[in-house]
Formats: sequence, C-alpha cells, structure tokens
Amino acid sequence: MSPQTHTGLDYSKVDEILSAYGYEKSNLIAILQKVQEVFRYLPLDAMTYIGTKIEGLSPATVYGVATFYAQFSLEPKGKYEIKVCDGTACHVRGSMPVLNAVYQCLNLKDGVYTSEDGLFSVETVSCLGACGLAPVVVVNGKVYPQMTADAIKIVIATIMNEEEGK
Amino acid sequence: MTATLINIKAEQEKVKEAIKAQGLRVLVCAGTGCVANGSLKVIEKFKELGADVRPMTHQDKVTIVPTGCHGFCEQGVLVVIPDLDITYVKVHVEDVEEIVESHIKNGKPVERLLYVDPKTNEHVFKNEEINFYAKQTRTTLANCGEINAESLDEALSVGAYQALHKVLEKGDSQWVIDEITKSGLRGRGGGGFPTGLKWKFTAANRGGKSYVVCNGDEGDPGAFMDRSVMEGDPHKLLEGMAIAGFAIGADEAYIYVRAEYPLAIHRLRVAIAEAEKRGYLGNNIMGSDFNFTIHIKEGAGAFVCGEETALIASIEGERGMPRPKPPFPANKGLFGRPTLINNVETLANVAPIILKGADWFSSMGTEKSKGTKTFALTGEVNNTGLIEVPMGTTLREIVFDIGGGIRGGKKFKAVQIGGPSGGCLTEEHLDLPMDYDNLIAAGAMVGSGGLVVMNEDTCIVEVARFFMNFTQNESCGKCVPCREGTKNMLKILERIVKGKGEMKDLDTLEELAVAVKDGSLCGLGKTAPNPVLSTLKYFRDEYIAHIKDKRCPAGVCEAMKTIHIVEELCKGCTKCARNCPVGAIEGTVRNPHHIDQSKCIKCGACLNACPFKAIKQN
Repeated sequence: MSPQTHTGLDYSKVDEILSAYGYEKSNLIAILQKVQEVFRYLPLDAMTYIGTKIEGLSPATVYGVATFYAQFSLEPKGKYEIKVCDGTACHVRGSMPVLNAVYQCLNLKDGVYTSEDGLFSVETVSCLGACGLAPVVVVNGKVYPQMTADAIKIVIATIMNEEEGK
Repeated sequence: MTATLINIKAEQEKVKEAIKAQGLRVLVCAGTGCVANGSLKVIEKFKELGADVRPMTHQDKVTIVPTGCHGFCEQGVLVVIPDLDITYVKVHVEDVEEIVESHIKNGKPVERLLYVDPKTNEHVFKNEEINFYAKQTRTTLANCGEINAESLDEALSVGAYQALHKVLEKGDSQWVIDEITKSGLRGRGGGGFPTGLKWKFTAANRGGKSYVVCNGDEGDPGAFMDRSVMEGDPHKLLEGMAIAGFAIGADEAYIYVRAEYPLAIHRLRVAIAEAEKRGYLGNNIMGSDFNFTIHIKEGAGAFVCGEETALIASIEGERGMPRPKPPFPANKGLFGRPTLINNVETLANVAPIILKGADWFSSMGTEKSKGTKTFALTGEVNNTGLIEVPMGTTLREIVFDIGGGIRGGKKFKAVQIGGPSGGCLTEEHLDLPMDYDNLIAAGAMVGSGGLVVMNEDTCIVEVARFFMNFTQNESCGKCVPCREGTKNMLKILERIVKGKGEMKDLDTLEELAVAVKDGSLCGLGKTAPNPVLSTLKYFRDEYIAHIKDKRCPAGVCEAMKTIHIVEELCKGCTKCARNCPVGAIEGTVRNPHHIDQSKCIKCGACLNACPFKAIKQN
C-alpha cells in the first residue's frame, strides 16, 4: 500500500472535522476515521495537514497511527466495500472459497484489492461477531449471512446491474 | 445524602404499569445476526398487520418489541410470543400474516415455524423444551432478548440501576469491593484475574482523578458475547461501570468498542444519552452527590488493543502498542492516572452480584471459578449461537446437549477454545468440567469464550496455520521474538500444509514456540504459540501424515488432495466429465473414466456430480 496524494484536496472538510474534535491529540483516531469516511481513504496531504495542525503531533506520528490500524486505507477504496469475514467460525465453514469467488468475479489479483472501475474493493476482516451465520460477508454495512461462492457472485452481479441502470 | 435519593422501586413500578399497558408483547430479535436475516422487515410487517389486532389473550393491544440477541443466531429471525411461551424460528416477512391470524388472533401456534429438534425431528412447542435453552443459566444475558435495548424504561422494568441505587444508598465503597471480592468473580476477558483484587488495587490510589475503562475490543475471532451484551442490554454494562466508578473513586469512564460493531456503538450511545438525560448517569446520579460520565471510543481494527496497556495507548490516540508492566494501570494508566480496566462481560456481572449478593454468585460454578460464563458456540455444530452456562459445565453438555451434536451426523474431532490464544480440546476432554484452572491444565484457556467445534473434515494443521497467520498479522512488532518468531512459525506451517514439510520442522516449531512465549511482553505474544503447541500435543500424527505421507487426513489441504475414480463403481455415465471445468476427465460412455492428475485442479466438482459415489478424494 503506497500513500497517495489527492489532487485538489478540500482542506475545509478536514478543518471541519478537526474543529469538531477540538484539535485534540487523543481524538486522532476518530479524526482519521471521519476523514476516511469523507474521502474513502486517507490522502497523504490530509495526514500531513492533520500532523501540522494538532499540537504535539507530527506528520510522521499521524502516518504511524494510520498504518498501524487495519481500518485505515492509504489508497482509495471502492464505492462498495466488500468485507469477507475470515474469523475462525467463518474460516471453518468455508470463507476462503467465498473470497476467491470475489477475486475471480472482480478480476483481482494478488496485491490489488480495488476493481479497475473503482466500484468495488475487497478485504478480509477478522470476525464481525456474527459467527452464528458463518460465513458472513458485509457490503457497505449490509450483512449477508451464510454465503457461498455462488451466492456472493449473485450479490456482486446485482450491485453491478443496479449501478449500470443509474 | 441518602435522604435525597430517588425511590427506584417506585420508578420500576411506574414503568411496569406502562409496559403492562402495551398488551401482548411480541418480541422480535434485532441483534446483528437476525438483522442480517431480515428482522427489520419482519418487525415492520408485524407493526403493519398487528396494529389493530385484538389478541386472544383479551389484552387491549399488541406491541412489537425489537429486542437484543436471543443467542440462537442460526435459527434467526427469532420471534418470541410469551402468551403461549413459544419461539418461532427462521421467520420471514411472508410468515408474519399467518402468525398474526393464527397465533395472535386465534391462539393457535403456527406449527411449521416451530423449532425442530435435530434428535427427535419433532416440533418443539415450549421454550424451555428447546435443548439449546434448557441447559443454560442466563444471568449476564438474562435480559438480552427480553427487552427493547433502546429503551431505558424497559431496562428499568427488569431492575436496571437498582444495584447502583443500593450502592449509593449504602454509600460505602469498601463494601462494594468486599462484595465483589467475596463473589469470586474473575476477569471474563481472558486472563481470569480476580476482579475484586483489581478493584482493590485501583481504589488504593483514590483521591485524585482516576478512570474506569471498559474493554469492548472483542478481537478474538469466533467470540461475540460482548457484542451481544452491548447490543442487547447496554444499561447492565453502564450500571456495572458506574458501580465500579463509585468503588474506586472515579467520575469518568471510557468504553473502547471495536469499529466492527456499529450496532453496539449505536445502542450504547442511545443508552448513555437517555440515562444521562434522566439522571441515572451524569451529575448527581439519582439525587446523590455521585457524578459519573461515560464516553465511547471506537477502535480501528487491531487485535493487540485488547491488551490493557495497548488499549490505553489507543484511547489516547496513539498506536496501540503494549508497554511493560509495572507500572500497572491501577497505578498509572489512562492519561497517567490510576485506571481500572475490565471487560464487558465482567462488568455486566457486577450489578447482579450487588443486587443478589456475593453468596448467590459464588453458589454457581466450581471451587475457584465462580458464576456463569458465556460461550460463543460456532463451527460444525447443529445449534450455533451464544450460550451461558455455570462454570464447570462439561464440554459434552455444551456440544451435544445445548449444541445438539455435530452437523450432518459427522464425527466430533476437537474444539478450539479461547481463539488464537487458546488451544484444542479433544474427545478425552469431553467430560472435563470447564473452568479457568482445568482448561489451563489441559493446555487451553477460557479466553473470551469462543468455542469452535471441528469435525473429522477439519484439518487441524490448517487450523493451526490459520491462527498463526492471524497472530502474525496482528503482532504489533514491538518485541522481536513475537514479530519474527510468529513469522517463521507461520512459514513452517505453510510449508507443511503444502506438503513440503520435514520432520525437523516439528522440533523447530516447538523451539520457536518457547522463544516467542518467553520473549514477548504482552498476552498476544505469550499465547500466540498455544494453538500450535496444543495441536502438536493432541494431533501430532496429523502433522506427521502431512510431512511423511504427504497426506492430509481430513482431505482439506489442496496441495495434497488427489481425486480419483474407483473403476469398479464407475458406470461410465459421463456426468463427471461434463462437470469438470478443465477437461481433466477422460473416458467413453459406459466405460470407467479416469482423471488426468496433471490437469486436475482439485475443485471437487466431479465429486459432487457423481451419482454413484465412484469418485473418492484423499
């Protein structure tokens, strides 16, 4: 994952978030979460900006925090974020064939996790706490229970169709 | 001070009256699991069809109550109608009309929606006859599934904030600590440290600013009890935190919740706001001079943040890396102040102990492990879900009675308990009373209580690789033995499952395991080798089969799979050849077919297609 700059970054949005959290050092994680919500990733310039605006922080510290936590992405994520749960229960009940089906469906290869059209990105997460429904996939917050390789292909195809219709 | 306290019993009676006026309460589960299965639509439909219905029970009306998790997630959507004490399972929107017409209006249960006992194949009418519930003792989870989690009134009606009231009335923090100590409660997050002792250590530093922190970073994959408590009965947790705050002299608290639990975060926010508004939290709680504010901090996806010093660093906005102890958080924790950290389930036990007494709590469980424990029962078992049983319940009771046995009539192989820090339990442990000390002796641990059941089709070496991959990913990198050791252990395990292992790898694994355990600062590193060590102990022959015979006994590891056709059984129907996606199967009609191993990708499509079971895999 290499950090990316964001051409024409709207700093006023970052300022809004910073002031909502009172420029507080201890709110850094929450600030980064909000910034990611707005831009769908953490642009390098935004991280540098935050690092210079909050007292007691440096751009390097912000970068360090951003790369520590799995939730943060330094590359733009897809419009639809597919999270394949690979917690123990899901793993035992076959989450890997589901993940492979997603890769196949979106034409993704090792190291590339966002589809070319920017519509989908995929990641594995360790346990969403819905183990009774394993294996589970979450797409933009919606939980799909008891998934199979075929079922996830239908989910993706449905979204693609909806998007084409727009 | 006591003279000005509100009368909580009167408050309870008031809300009870209001709830009585709701008429027949139809409880629909709105936990994460059931929401995924469509419970919000079921609730909507019930509201639409049930609005003007006069139930058979002669109550004035019907009220639909969205509740927290009932625990029986796999059977969701769950609908409980208390008049006939019936639970409907796997309810869909289309079924709602029939339930309203038949059950609610005419008092006739809808048989086809009842739970079917996997052993007898019969419908179960009464709740208490469903095996999944019958053998449980629900105290932590008592209200999950009974009340609307987003209503303070409903929580008050089942006794919320009465324990806090009792504590404020007594006004004696030492009494609270003594009671918790006497109860024998031990930390439910993994370590099993005596809770009373932790409170005592933190209380010893009272005077200045101190904090209560609730660890809701339920990172152990395969465990979801904390999520269920936060979603289903948030006030029980908040009350436990406030009592802890009173005991140690803290007026501020944080709940650290995983960002993966959006519903839990939402419900906690609702609960905190309502409790503050009505004086059950915030300033001058219930008319006393005790103040207590609770904040929520969202995690950002790092397993190591379940470790208390890493969690503190994360709340402070830093990388969640553990630091050496001492100083312990009890002396120097959040923002450098004395801090009490307990996990969700531990804190959820506090209010019941205060209310019902330490003796009530310690009457359950074993000699050194008191009370009940929740377990997330998942994997290859018939009834998956969240359960709560007294400490000391045997694995057999959990897997075969509550869990209804192994799915598809397969053979029980092992249970992985305690997640990536835990170990395996095998057939020989089925009758072992499960408590903290017995599990440690067996090379496993209670951990947070994830129980993943595995059958004969689960490859134990693959499972060990899975956990090592997890801990290697989650190692924060501070301690070299953990960072490099887990990486090398993973490399070896990957080699073995690919059929490229050597016998000396097993010795290296054991050597590395010791180094990682001894050389790591925090619980993650200290326990990371456990799954490998325990599987090596109980399933060494499976490792050897992978290494010496290049064979995966469970038939899981792709690299070692071969699929072949048994000539005598093959009728030459050509179905397998037609189903093969890579054209690896040759043969003519009515003659035995063959698989070209150089082309075969081991997908198993032929295996499922063959009507004569002539295709075998090993």
